[in-house]
Amino acid sequence: MLLNIESFRQGDHIFIRAEGPLTNQTADVLHREVIRALGANGARQLTLELEDVPQLDTAGAAVLVHAAREARRVDIDLAVTGLASDHLRLLDLVDPGTILDDAAGPRRKTLPFVEKIGANATFIAKDTLAFFTFTGEFTVEVARSILHPARIRLAEVGFYMERAGFDAIPIVFLISLLLGLILGFQAAIQLKQFGANIYVADLVGVAITRELGPLLTAIIVAGRSGSSFAAEIGTMMVSEEVAALETMGLNRTRFLVMPKVLALIIMLPCLALCADVLGILGGLIVGVFQLDLTVNHYIAQTRLALSLTDIVTGLFKSAVFALLIAGIGCFRGLQVTNDAESVGRCTTSAVVSAIFLIIATDAAFTVIFYAVGI
Amino acid sequence: MEPHPVIRVRDLVLDYGPKRVLDGVSFDVQRGEVCAILGGSGSGKSTILKNIIRLIEPTAGFIEVDGQDITRAAGEELLMARRKMGVMFQSGALFSSMTLGENVALPLREYTDMPTELIQTLVQFKLALVGLAGFHDFMPAELSGGMRKRAALARAMALDPQILLFDEMSAGLDPVTSAELDRLVLEVNRSLGITIVVVTHELPSIEAIADHAVMLHKGQIIAEGSPAELIRSGIEEVRTFFHREPRQLSTARSAERWSDILNADEGGS
Repeated sequence: MLLNIESFRQGDHIFIRAEGPLTNQTADVLHREVIRALGANGARQLTLELEDVPQLDTAGAAVLVHAAREARRVDIDLAVTGLASDHLRLLDLVDPGTILDDAAGPRRKTLPFVEKIGANATFIAKDTLAFFTFTGEFTVEVARSILHPARIRLAEVGFYMERAGFDAIPIVFLISLLLGLILGFQAAIQLKQFGANIYVADLVGVAITRELGPLLTAIIVAGRSGSSFAAEIGTMMVSEEVAALETMGLNRTRFLVMPKVLALIIMLPCLALCADVLGILGGLIVGVFQLDLTVNHYIAQTRLALSLTDIVTGLFKSAVFALLIAGIGCFRGLQVTNDAESVGRCTTSAVVSAIFLIIATDAAFTVIFYAVGI
Repeated sequence: MEPHPVIRVRDLVLDYGPKRVLDGVSFDVQRGEVCAILGGSGSGKSTILKNIIRLIEPTAGFIEVDGQDITRAAGEELLMARRKMGVMFQSGALFSSMTLGENVALPLREYTDMPTELIQTLVQFKLALVGLAGFHDFMPAELSGGMRKRAALARAMALDPQILLFDEMSAGLDPVTSAELDRLVLEVNRSLGITIVVVTHELPSIEAIADHAVMLHKGQIIAEGSPAELIRSGIEEVRTFFHREPRQLSTARSAERWSDILNADEGGS
């Protein structure tokens, strides 16, 4: 059903007559007319004739409320005629003061710029402190677990080993194979110019085992499992499961954090080893099909180029990355407050912090290993 | 006036796997009344609500909302039927990433042509209606449980629906807040003429607001009438529900007693 509007003017007096239901489907028509009338040149009075409005919902009421507020502001006399008593009762449900008076009601405090900087600085300080506390609790738990290995919840460690490690095998295989192919291909183009085709095996082998294999695996796992740990613990925070655990006197680090960290420390080096093998296979495919090397020749050259140290340092780094990924994931999960949005925020933060720390740690390791000559 | 049901539920049957949750439920909700669907935990009362808004489809039977069979509606039809209904979920289900004002304004922005300033006034009006004037810039997480429920009511009423459905309206609220919410619901019902369906097991609430109550037990309706009639009912399940008579939780009563099995010497210190 439509709302018909008629409007006419007598001197400084504007009349608007409405006919039809005034609901959320039609309210905008009357609203626009009222705003036009209130802005009209030289108008002093506005009369709304609502005798033929059989139906008025809250949207209709809002038109009248808005008109009243605007009329006050521009100092025009507003009169509404023919408003049914039912409709007036609807308006009466709300105290006019709460809407017309802009200063009424509570206001959400918005901080001035300088205070915002201060608030953010305090937040960062608290965040850092919380991280130290978390690290402390974790270290204590590690010590306790070493003294009393029965504290470790092996069934859960197994569960997370499967979920974070075994289930990640297909994606790690695929990505490291492709990485090996890309690396081999790029290296081949350069090395071909010098007739040094065979050194593709050296380059791919060393780069993959020392750096790219562990790094790439860690980034994949941070995206897969770091986020999942944060979301899982975060949701437990929202549903008060963590509070329930602590109320029972059970240590959250032991129950929620340790199994995940331990599982990842075991599984990430395994995944990195898989990545090493598949990456080298990628290089081998390029060597055989692009550079006319034989399979045996390529493998022999790779064995010549690689030392056990290359592989072991890579796997050692993986274990450290695992600690970072699982630790950060759990830490961010425990920072979730009580709403869905903060689960999302903390999950994002878990992945971003983990990836940043992985790269930073990797850089540090490279410098250290270089300095000590490994 | 000829009574005109706005919701007609007929022979509703719903199976969750092998378990029959609803078993031939039929009842009417008249226009403008407050209807309470009662029952103990697991009686299938929330399932009926989910059927009415078609979050789930029944195994058999149908539900008419304003003359339209919602169990067979699809696409645009279903959308139109759903817009006649506002739902307040058990936890409020406010979008936590939006302020209260944005929560209430969302359906208005999506489904009407109202200009922004009018939507803002309307949002202020709705929030004032539920006693939350001035709270439009607050995030849901900053509010108490009762305030969140009231804000959810404001959002459910955003498009002035003909029917409002409440799932466990006062669950988790203190008696005073719960009574406030009851009063608000009655006010909405009387002044806006909105039909209200409440799924609940809160006795004071039922007595305070319901015109008509439907009592479910094990997926079937065992009693129907005004709350006063139900309180006087002679049916055992209804009586135990209204008079809060506890059931024995471990139902199998064996002839033996632990003291016999253990040959315990009663009264020993």
